[in-house]
Amino acid sequence: MSLLYPLVLSSALFGIGLYGVLARRNAVLMLLGVELMLNAVNLNLVAFDAWFADQLHTGQVLTLFTITLAAAEIGLGLAIVLALFRAVRTVDVDEVGR
Amino acid sequence: MNLTELVFVVLAVVASGSALLAMTSHQLVHSALWLVVTLGAVAGCFVLMTAEFVAWVQVLVYVGSVVVLVIFALMLTRQTGGTTAEVTGNRWTAAVLGVVAAVGLGATMIAGFHGQRIEGRRIGTAGSIGDALFNDWVLPFEILSGVLLAALVGAIVISRSGDDH
Repeated sequence: MSLLYPLVLSSALFGIGLYGVLARRNAVLMLLGVELMLNAVNLNLVAFDAWFADQLHTGQVLTLFTITLAAAEIGLGLAIVLALFRAVRTVDVDEVGR
Repeated sequence: MNLTELVFVVLAVVASGSALLAMTSHQLVHSALWLVVTLGAVAGCFVLMTAEFVAWVQVLVYVGSVVVLVIFALMLTRQTGGTTAEVTGNRWTAAVLGVVAAVGLGATMIAGFHGQRIEGRRIGTAGSIGDALFNDWVLPFEILSGVLLAALVGAIVISRSGDDH
């Protein structure tokens, strides 16, 4: 398989995730955009691992680490969003910033 | 274009289309469910790139728990009435920046790696990944478990109601 397909897909996913982080008003959906960007990175790591045929499986092990960190990030992020909701009764980032 | 590439292109179209729908949908729960489609398609791409263990971890962790957590959070923070617009006023700036990032990264990748091919010589089975993880990557693995523990304890502390002290 050509290496370009996963790389171009990951670029597209990263751009869409960046748009989501910057454009969504709901704080939970901003976190979803971050997850999408992390997934684009995972795709890159796996693609380069498979291309390099790495003896240590560096890319795939690092992908597992990224998935774990993403799970930790979304857990902590959603806890912060819930605390924010309890404090100001909204998760709208425009309203909160005002 | 062989069969693997054809399947990959189909999965890539599904993944980017549902990602776009997830980031533009006005129904919040629909966004989370479109994200499930995206993550599933990316897991299929992992399988096609011979990373089958990573694909199953993706299905278990992302589709199984992260999206459930997000749907819980969406339902707990449901707003009664109020605003209807789901995007901020600077959505066009965001769209331009997203397109610039995607095109810039894609052009860099195409310029740097055109003509390279994935041969699939070393398949990422659970056995080989486990060998690599517990022979060569043990220290990062242990540090990561500490990070995960700290993050989860922090999440519990932050989300406690706070009226007991």
